[in-house]
Formats: sequence, C-alpha cells, structure tokens
Amino acid sequence: MSSFVQYLWLIPLLPLVAAGINAVLPTDARRAAMGLTIATMAASFLISVVAFFKVADGGRLCHNFDWFSLGGGHVRLGWLLDPLSAAMLMMVTFVGTCIFVYSVAYMAHDARQKQFFTFLSLFAAAMLGLIISNSLLLLFMCWEVVGLASYLLIGFWFEKPSAAAACKKAFITTRIGDIGFLLGIVWLAKENGALLFFDNGAGFLEQGALEHLNGLAVGGISAATAIGLLLFCGAMGKSGQVPLHVWLPDAMEGPTPVSALIHAATMVAAGVFLIGRVHPLMTTESLSVVAGIGACTAVIAALIGIAQNDIKRILAYSTVSQLGYMMLALGVGGLGAGIFHLITHGFFKALLFLGAGSIIHGCNDQQDIRAMGGLHGPMRKTFLTYAVGMMALSGFPLLFSGFWSKEAILHAAHSTVGSHLPFYAGLIGAVLTAFYMTRLMSLVFFGTYRGDAEHPPHESPRLMTLPLQVLAVFAIALGFLGTPAWPWFTTWIEGRETHFQFGHLFHLETLGLMIVSTLAVAAGVWLGWRLYFQRLRLTPDETDPLQIVVPRVFYHLEHRLWFDEFYEKTLIAGTRRVAEWLTLVEQGVWVGGIWAAAQISIGFSWLSRCYDEWLINDGFDKSCDSLRGSGKEIADAHRQRLPFTLRTIGAAILVLLAITCIWFGKGGAR
Amino acid sequence: MNALPWTIYLCLAGAALLRFWPGRSDASVRAGALGVAVGTLILTINAACRFEPMPDGSLITLTKAEWIPAIGASYHLAADGISLTLVLLTSIAATVGVLFSWNISHRLREFFALYFLLLAGVFGVFLSADLFLLFVFYEIAIVPKYFLIAIWGSTNREYGAMKLALYSFVGSALVLIGLLAAHVFTGGSTFDLAALAHKTAPVAQQMWIYPLLFIGFAVLAGLWPFHTWAPTGHVAAPTAASMLLAGVVMKLGAYGCLRVAIPLCPDALAAWQLPFASLAVIGILFGAFAAMVQDDFKFVIGYSSVSHMGFALLGISTLTLAGQKGAVMQMFSHGIIAGLLFGIVGRMIYDRTHTRDLTLLQGMRLTRKMPFVAGTFVVAGLASMGMPGFSGFIAELAVLQGSWKPFPAIALLAAVGVLLAAGYTLRVIRLVFFPDEESTKRDNTPLAPLTWPEISGTLLLIGIALYIGLQPAGLMGWIEGALKSPLMRPCIGGGLP
Repeated sequence: MSSFVQYLWLIPLLPLVAAGINAVLPTDARRAAMGLTIATMAASFLISVVAFFKVADGGRLCHNFDWFSLGGGHVRLGWLLDPLSAAMLMMVTFVGTCIFVYSVAYMAHDARQKQFFTFLSLFAAAMLGLIISNSLLLLFMCWEVVGLASYLLIGFWFEKPSAAAACKKAFITTRIGDIGFLLGIVWLAKENGALLFFDNGAGFLEQGALEHLNGLAVGGISAATAIGLLLFCGAMGKSGQVPLHVWLPDAMEGPTPVSALIHAATMVAAGVFLIGRVHPLMTTESLSVVAGIGACTAVIAALIGIAQNDIKRILAYSTVSQLGYMMLALGVGGLGAGIFHLITHGFFKALLFLGAGSIIHGCNDQQDIRAMGGLHGPMRKTFLTYAVGMMALSGFPLLFSGFWSKEAILHAAHSTVGSHLPFYAGLIGAVLTAFYMTRLMSLVFFGTYRGDAEHPPHESPRLMTLPLQVLAVFAIALGFLGTPAWPWFTTWIEGRETHFQFGHLFHLETLGLMIVSTLAVAAGVWLGWRLYFQRLRLTPDETDPLQIVVPRVFYHLEHRLWFDEFYEKTLIAGTRRVAEWLTLVEQGVWVGGIWAAAQISIGFSWLSRCYDEWLINDGFDKSCDSLRGSGKEIADAHRQRLPFTLRTIGAAILVLLAITCIWFGKGGAR
Repeated sequence: MNALPWTIYLCLAGAALLRFWPGRSDASVRAGALGVAVGTLILTINAACRFEPMPDGSLITLTKAEWIPAIGASYHLAADGISLTLVLLTSIAATVGVLFSWNISHRLREFFALYFLLLAGVFGVFLSADLFLLFVFYEIAIVPKYFLIAIWGSTNREYGAMKLALYSFVGSALVLIGLLAAHVFTGGSTFDLAALAHKTAPVAQQMWIYPLLFIGFAVLAGLWPFHTWAPTGHVAAPTAASMLLAGVVMKLGAYGCLRVAIPLCPDALAAWQLPFASLAVIGILFGAFAAMVQDDFKFVIGYSSVSHMGFALLGISTLTLAGQKGAVMQMFSHGIIAGLLFGIVGRMIYDRTHTRDLTLLQGMRLTRKMPFVAGTFVVAGLASMGMPGFSGFIAELAVLQGSWKPFPAIALLAAVGVLLAAGYTLRVIRLVFFPDEESTKRDNTPLAPLTWPEISGTLLLIGIALYIGLQPAGLMGWIEGALKSPLMRPCIGGGLP
C-alpha cells in the first residue's frame, strides 16, 4: 500500500514533463503539444482512479521525505492520499481532460496554441501537486505556481489591455492573501517545528500538535485560531472571498477554457480545499469567521451577478458566490458538505463555462447576453447541456447534483450549534442564484437573435460539444453520491461509516429543508420568469426590466458595489502616493542632504585651499623667491669670476695639503 | 579545497596578462578572459565537490604565512561553508559577466584587467581569515569599480562612479576605525579573525565598535539610508560591472557584517539588534516602493536590489540560525538573480535599443522581436519576486522564519515587501513586454539578433536559480555547518534547537 503512495508524485509529474517538453518544442508543433498535454492528463486521470480505489474505503496513506534543513530541524515534504485528495484528484484530472479536449477546438485559430497548452500543463502539474501535498510548505509552493499559471493564462491575450491589467490584478490580489498564508506557515513552523499534515503523530493536524497549538494563547485567542485565520487569508485570496473577490470576474479576460478550468472548477477551489485540509486545526472562533465571510460572499456575489451583462462575468460572480457557499459549509462544520459542493460545482460550473465558450464561439465572439437570444434552436446541444448545468447550479430538486450538495450545506448550516445567519444567507443565495440563472437562460436561449443578422449563430464543432455532454451526465449523476439517504461522499470525506437508509430522506428536518430549498429555487425561477421570460427582450439596447423595478439598487449592483473603485481610490492610489513620496524624499532629502554634505566639504576644502595658498604657499613662495634671488646673485658672481675662483680654490687646496702634511709630520715624529 | 586561493592569483595573473595581451585580435582577449573566469569556476567547483567541512564547521586554513609581525597581521586564507558559497557565487558571476561583456570593444584589455582585479579583491575578501588582509582586499575591490563605471559606463557615469567610490570609502573608513579599535582594545597583538572573536574587546568598547563595523560594511550592502549609491551606480555601470556590483560587491558588505562585525562584538549584538533590523526592513519596503515608480528600467532593478539586500541584512540581524542561513542564501540567490536581471536589461535590451526608458521601450514590441528575452525576463522576474521553485523563495522564507521569533511585526512588514516585489516586477513586465496594443504599433525597426554568449549566460543563471530553489539542501548544509561553528555560533541567539 505505502509503495503506491511513494509514486503518487507521478500524477503531477506527467503534466509537468508535458509542460517541459512543450516549452522547448517549436512554435508550430501544435499537434504534438496538444497530444502530449491531453495524453499526460488522461494518464494522470488513470493513476488517480487507481489512487481513488486505494482509499475508497477510507484511510490515509502518506509518504514523507527530507528536503533541506532550516533553523534546526529538517524541512520535510511528502505526499498524502486520503479521501479528500483522492476526490480532488479525480475531479481535477477528469474535468481537466474534458477541458483540454475542448480547448483543441476552441483555440484552433490561435497562433500561440502551443504556448497555451504548455501553460495548461504547467497549471495541471501545480494543481495536482497542491492536492497531493502532505506539507503546508509544498502546498504553498504549488499554490504560488498555480497562481503563476493563472497569471500567464489570464494574460494569454495580452494584446488586450484589459487582459494585461486583469492578470496583474489577479496575481497581486491573491498575493495579498498569500502574505497571511506565508506568515501562518512561518508561525506554525515556529510553534510546531514541522509543517507536515500527517507524520505518524508528529504532523500538525494530529493530536499532539493540535493540543499544543490550542493551548498557546496569543492576545486572547489561541495560536491555533490565529494561525487558522492567517491561513484563511490565503484561502480568501485564492477562492475569491469578499473583499478579495475583485480579481476573479476580471480573470474572465482569459480564454474561456481557462475560465472553466482555473477560475471555476479547480484553482479557485484550492482555497476551500486548503481550509478543508487544515480543518482539524480550525477552532470554533476561526470557523465562525470562515462561515461569516463565506455567507457574505455567497450573498454579495450573487447580488452583483444579477446585474451583469457579460455571460462570463455572470458565471464568474456565480462562482464567487458558490465558493462562498463552500466556505460557509466548512465554517459551520460541514466539511463533507463543503467538499461535496466543491466537486459537484467543479463539474457543473465547468459545464456552464464551456457552454458559455460554445455560445461565444457560435455568436462570433459576442459575450454580451443582451445581444444574444433565441439560441435554443441553432445551438441545440449547447442549449440542452447548458440547461442541465443551469438546473444543477440553481439546485433544481432531486435530479441534479447541485440540489443535493446545496442541501447538504443547508443541512449543516441548520444543524450547527452556532449562529443561524449563515443558513439564512444560504437560502437568500439560493433564491438569487435561481434568479440570475433564469435571467441568463431567458436572454441567451429564448426570444429572437439580437446579434449581427448577417452572421447567424451556429453550433460548435463536435470536439466542443462532446465534453459538454460528458460533463452534463456528471452534473446529474454525481448528486446521488451524497443524498441524505446514502450520504456516502460526505461521510467518506469526514472519515465516517455510512449505510444506505432510504428512510433518512423523510426525517422531518431533512424533508423540511428540502422543501424550503425547493421553495427558494422556485421563488428565484419564478421572479426571473416573470421579469425576463414573459417579456422577452427585443433589442440589445432596452433597459433591463429589473432596472425599471429598482433603478437605484440596479445602478449600484451594475457597478459591482464599487469595490474596484474603492480599492483604486484607497489602496492603489495610496501605494502609488507612498512610492512617489518616498522617491521624492530620496531625491529631495537624501540627495539634498548629500549635496549639502558635499557643499560643506567643498567649503572646507576651499578654506584649506585659502589657508594653503595665502598663508603657507605665499610664505613659502616668498621665501623661495628670495632664496632664488640670492642664489641667482651668487651664481652670477661665480660665473663672472670663475677663473679667479678656480685659482683661489686651487691655492686653498695646496695650502690645506701643506698644513696637513706639516701637522701629520709633526705628529708622526712624536 | 587547498586550490581555492588560486582563484585570487588566477584573477591577478589574468588581469596582468590581459592588460598586456599581445596581438591585435579582440577575440583572443575575450577568449582569454573567458578562460580565466572559467578557470576560477573550475577551481571553485572542484573545491566544492571535495569540500569536507571541519567537524565543528569552523574555518579551514588554506594558506598561512607571517606578513607584518609587528602588528600581528598575517597572510591567512581560510574557508568554510559560507565563504565557499560566496566564492562559488563570485566565480559564477565572473564567468557570466565575461559572457555578457562580449560586445565591449572600447579599451578591451584595460576593461578585463580591471574586471579581474576587482574579482581578485572579492575572492580575497571571501577567503581572508585575517582582518588586516581582508581590509586590504576590500580596498582592492573598491578601486577598479570606479574606473569600470567611469570609463565604460553609460548614463551619468562620472557622477555614479564618484558617488559609489565615495560611499565605499566612507564605509571602509568606518570599518578601518572599527577594526583598529578592535585590534587595540584586544591587546593589539593580532588581526586574526578567530583570535579577535575569541578575545573580544571590553563590552563598553564593543558597544560603539559594532555599529561602526556593521554600518561601515552595510553601506556596501545598500543598508538604508546609505543605499543611494546603489541605484545610481548600477544604472551608470556597464552590464558586466552592474552584474558584479549587484551580484558580488553588495555581498561583500553583507559578508563583512556577518563574518566580521558580529563575531567581533558578541556583547553588543542585543542592544543594536532592533535598530539594524528596523533599518533593514525599511530598506526592504523603501526599495520596493521606489522600484514601483521608476521610469528607467535599470533603476527598477537597482532599487529592487536594495530591497532584496534588505532581506539579507534583516536575516543577519535576526541573530537566529534560520535568519542567518536565509541571509547567506539570499546573498547567493540575489547574486544570481540580480545578475540575470541586469544582464537582460543592460546587455540584451539596452545595448540594442539604446534606451532604458520604460515608456519608450513600451513602443518597441520587444516581445515580438525578441521572444527569448521576454520569456527569460518573465522567468527572472518570477525568481526575483520569490516564486517557489527558485532560490529566492527559500532565502526569503528562511529570513521570515528567522525574524518571526524576535520581531513578528518586522516579519509582517518584510512579507509586505514580498508582495510589493510582485507589484513592481509585474509592472515592468507589463510595461515593457506586454503593453497595450495601441502603443506597440509604432516601431518595426529590427534589433540585432541574440548571440550565443548572452543566451548561454542567461540559461546558466536561470538553471542555477532553479536548481538551488529545488535542491537547497547542499548549500543550506554548508551554510548551517559554518553558522554552527565556534566562531559564528555565539552570535546566534534563540535560533538553535
């Protein structure tokens, strides 16, 4: 058994190898790049299936190894296979393969197709690495690389200014959350030493470390709470929780398969996955924050989604809202429910995005739903699959997966001992979701086509519709893994036993909740039906019916509740101002100070020069001058009287010699 | 291992040889220079492969001879894991620097002579175990920088060169006072590092010697507020010189702080820890903010160097094992990554476009004309912003880890610095390589194609940054061994288990 988990790295390695090979392939080797990308992803899917069966009965396998040593103690990394990672692996590899196949057709006309598939492979590798990681550090590393791939893919069409701006915004906004994540890691490493999740009792998600972390108090809260909240900051950035959600709608500037894969099904769910992974560490206090943020996100994003007109942006806000649901579920203690919704959402949201891509493709790159309409005829397959996705997302009762996963969340929120506000938020969100999806369906598929009459909409190629059909099947089928009668999925994730009990469906609470949530969906659909289906739009320029009913509210929602403008005015302008101010300080004060220091030293130099020149040099020069003068005189005198002088010297020498001889002679005699 | 001093001699011999290289062919001069640089690299790699640290991690003496017995100065070269790391960095930078100066033809012989003289000084500093000798090498390293910038530089070169030289000399004046004081107050009998660290000056003297030494050295590492030489110097310098400046010379300063200032004054560390850590973190944030609003491409990289070296200085002043390991790792990593960035900007872009103005570059469609450059700059930018998988991530993580224990608030601010790094890097990537479509339609003039020295140098640096980022164990092991040695260990506060 453990030997299998040792080779779990094969799952991310295959796409990584594909990315590496693709990177060095020549630009025109499109087919090779596509083939390699899809083949490796499919192979990863097959290994994931094997992995799934290894832990289908629960249990946990891990394999750890040393990486390097850091400040005493080794930094260890490892692979982990448990129900959570197995479920994620299956979802990511399967949805990924579908989306890759779809991309072949969708990106057929792009010149940089090879690059696109390289980035996709890189993303897949990092995402799969994130899932199988048994170390918070390794998870963080993959997390950053996932962010990088997202940056590269959002900005894939960088010629569009909006795409170039969006990729930067996405990267930096998620990195704001990552500061918290990083500090959480640092703190955890300080308190616990190891960053492994599970390590035969030494991991930080195991009994000993948890008790230690819960016991440490820091400013009124336990260290576990503080660290949990820091990690949640990272999750907020990645999973687009309010107030860090602003990047996700803009990320729709990327090609649609990217939106489907990264910004709907997989990467944005990584934050939810992270909180699910460290769930044992989360205390009641930190979970209540998670639930609160999740509830706010679920409602606010759904509200904004109502008033958007870009088909992908509506889906983006819907994604934010659904991620809020997942966080809400984790926050109220419904780990299994949250992850269940993550998985079902991965399928049906990928379906919806791919469907949107098919629609955009069919309407000649039109994204504004006001300029669509009547597509149910010409785009039959897209329409039918899209309808399945819409009903799954809205939570149409009994048949669709979204209903069951949302029901599980509402159930968890209702039975929690804490506040019931998240439960009501969930209900409001359900109404809103059904409402904006009905609006979208009415505007896109019904009425008359309002776009360019010369280029009528057309169905997309087979390579695009096939993934839609496959995903549609799963958007229905998956729900039956987590019904109240047989909640296999949720209990499997939470590591509990389960049995099939049909009667559970008719428990008073369960049945009541199912009825309430059905009523909520019905209310949303009914409202949408009244406003949008009964009075179908005729031209693209008409005022939105909702705008007529509540103009002021619609105005604010249309402007996405001014989050972007607020950040622009405060954070971004503030940073810029600080930077400019500091540069000014640098140039003004420091350079000025240095200039002043230079002037002072120049002043001193000048003083010393004056001293030298006037006092010392002048004196010196004058003495030199007089010396030279007297020397000249002597020299002149000598030159004129040279013969006389020579004679004098000669005589003098002779005299001296004579004296010496006499003196020595006398001495010698003595 | 014992061949390491030959890096110094090889550089000196190379400098002399290349200055008086016979014949008219420039190509042979370049080949000779590459030969010398690769020679140092081979010597270093050979030493690294055979490196067997002392059991306690302390310095391994390579050469020792009496020099000036009257003051106790000796010619003592020694190495441990930290020196080896930095010698390795220096020889890599030397090799890549030669590759990136392949297009220089103006007074080529003098250029390489000064280049290798500078390198000889740098190798000497990293290998000296005698502080007098270290100081001599330190001064040898300063002088050629002035000429390299003043003769072969670009924008504002006299100003940049003079500013750099003056700052360096002021710094080394402080260092000299500090060294002499440490020498005198320990009895005036020796300049040997280990001996001075063993028999320290009285505490009252340490209290003022330490800041002299630390600030004196840190001037060269770009410690805020003594950093202003760095951006102007980098901008003015020719590509190879800015690569050496950012890649190696700034490390001299940080190395001096770690190797000299701290062991000599163990009793003054605690008192000065917070001030220096604060200055370092101010440098991190200041450099990052300043990098965000520059209009000159090299200034962006120059200020980012200030920010990144702030991490090294912060790591050193945490006085924890993790922090100081991170600091040495950051020195290595920044040496590689800054060299790469300067190489791309200075050699690949500036030498072809003759401008570094971000708004002008925006209209040049560089991504279309030189996709390799765009790709490598994105990779280098990612490495610089601490993307996991590159060496910078390990280094900055370790520094954060080390600073969390003594100063959580400073760790938080340093983490904000990591975020800002993403901000300014993405800004230049966006402006230069992925600008709006409207602004890219202006220019279609072709640029000279890339040459093999540039491409190979770039790939070498990227490869090293990636390798160390994924396999840091070897380097970390060397550094940890040296930090746990009797020389360095007393300086580490609470970091050890």
